[in-house]
Amino acid sequence: MTLRETVNNAHSHWMDADGPESEIIISSRVRVARNLAGIPFPHLLNKENSEKVIHAVRLAISNKEASELLGGLELSSLGELSPLERQILVDKHLISPDLLNDFQRKAVVLREDEVVSIMVNEEDHLRIQCILPGLQLKEAWDVVNRVDDGLEKTLDYAFSEKVGYLTSCPTNVGTGMRASVMIHLPGLKLAKQLAGVLNAINKLGLTVRGLYGEGTEALGDLFQISNQITLGQSEEEIINNLISIARQILAQEQAARRNLYKDRREVIEDRVFRAFGALKYARILSSEEAMRLFSDLRLGVEMKIISGIPVRLLNELMVKIRPAFITKMAGRELTPYQRDIFRAGLIRREFANLPV
Amino acid sequence: MLCERCGQRPATVHFTEITNGHKRETHLCEVCAGEIQPQGFGFPPQLFLHNFLAGILNQELGGGNFGWPESAGNKCEKCGLAESQFAKQGLLGCGDCYPYFEEKLLPLFRRIHGNTRHTGKVPARTGGRARLVKEIENLKRLLKEAVSREEFERAAQLRDSIRQLERGLEEGGGA
Ligand SMILES: [Zn+2]
Ligand SMILES: [Zn+2]
Repeated sequence: MTLRETVNNAHSHWMDADGPESEIIISSRVRVARNLAGIPFPHLLNKENSEKVIHAVRLAISNKEASELLGGLELSSLGELSPLERQILVDKHLISPDLLNDFQRKAVVLREDEVVSIMVNEEDHLRIQCILPGLQLKEAWDVVNRVDDGLEKTLDYAFSEKVGYLTSCPTNVGTGMRASVMIHLPGLKLAKQLAGVLNAINKLGLTVRGLYGEGTEALGDLFQISNQITLGQSEEEIINNLISIARQILAQEQAARRNLYKDRREVIEDRVFRAFGALKYARILSSEEAMRLFSDLRLGVEMKIISGIPVRLLNELMVKIRPAFITKMAGRELTPYQRDIFRAGLIRREFANLPV
Repeated sequence: MLCERCGQRPATVHFTEITNGHKRETHLCEVCAGEIQPQGFGFPPQLFLHNFLAGILNQELGGGNFGWPESAGNKCEKCGLAESQFAKQGLLGCGDCYPYFEEKLLPLFRRIHGNTRHTGKVPARTGGRARLVKEIENLKRLLKEAVSREEFERAAQLRDSIRQLERGLEEGGGA
């Protein structure tokens, strides 16, 4: 798949929902920051040096030995893409929103299957990342590690014996690694146990992040848990720590769901089927409301209260209902109100084909 | 409340982050929130890391300009980044900034990471020496274990390997 095709297709492998524990853990991601020795970090780069970095990366991915190790990688400078295409790469989580600032100096490398992406000249010269569905942090680290080894055959990294990989921001120095899981916790929220659980786990050098809309509800009940410490722990230690904590949260979420189903079965069922009804028939849907409904419905699918709805579809729709994709599908700029109507129509059409 | 990023539009999206028992809230308008963090969590956004760093510097080292005095002469010789510039942005300028500002950075690392020494991956080509050091440390640990289990033959082998590697290190090799 070429980069252009990638952009035109809403699907990414991480949405497949076929990984271990993928009923509750949506995706696992590992990213490492790397910089080239002897060249200033990106925020101080002039045009000439930023091109030098892009050129060096281009050479590194075409190195024969490396490309055998890495699989088919394609580099595109961001300037070659349309604004809409750039935004879609963000919505698919393949690049960060920061890569869009001053994009003429930046580039992205994608592997055909979108499992690997490399951002060039973001905060660091290189940020190599891998996203996989479900709880697969070890696997994601293996992939990133291999790509890193492949690139290092050509590139001279800025590295110090004392403090490891040197990064623009001192919060990344050492391993340069951030590992995270995206986890769906509606059960703990409904059981009002969320705050306690999140508070307990963040004492371990981890960060928990929720995105809140108006009010206090986390949008879509999705949380991202990632490591905060990058210096003084090995990559394996960081990953193992995160896995063991993700497993504990998973177990608590499962227990909360079992109890809810036992004690308040009608309430849960009502929630799930209302969400289904709204998604299937609504005429106007904001992205915030859609995210909330997806969460309720996903809970129903995961608890087998409702069948015939693939989780993969819900993952894909989370990206498709974003403004950039809607604009692309509509083929023209829409007002927010027009987008809400378009969004409802899009979801209605997808739901009309389901065997439910 | 106004958006913390653009300072122009009202803040309607609120991010909450809990790190080491500290809760940090970020209030953004819809436009900035969309730019920074797409729904469904793309990347751990930089904003949070920078906030986190600024928080530490402000809180622990005494406010304002991260507590670092404005001294114009203090610049990294390689990239020209001034100490005061680092204090403002929280970003270093190049790899050489690390040894250059080491004295200031070490306490900062201790605050952020609880540690000042890398124990993780070492790049195969450019990290040759560090790789040797790591290998030696590893063998020394095995040696200790072998001795405590009274496996003297194995201990002798390990001691030989360590000596050999240390010789390589002295000769400045390892690359
Ligand atoms: Zn704003
Ligand atoms: Zn410098």
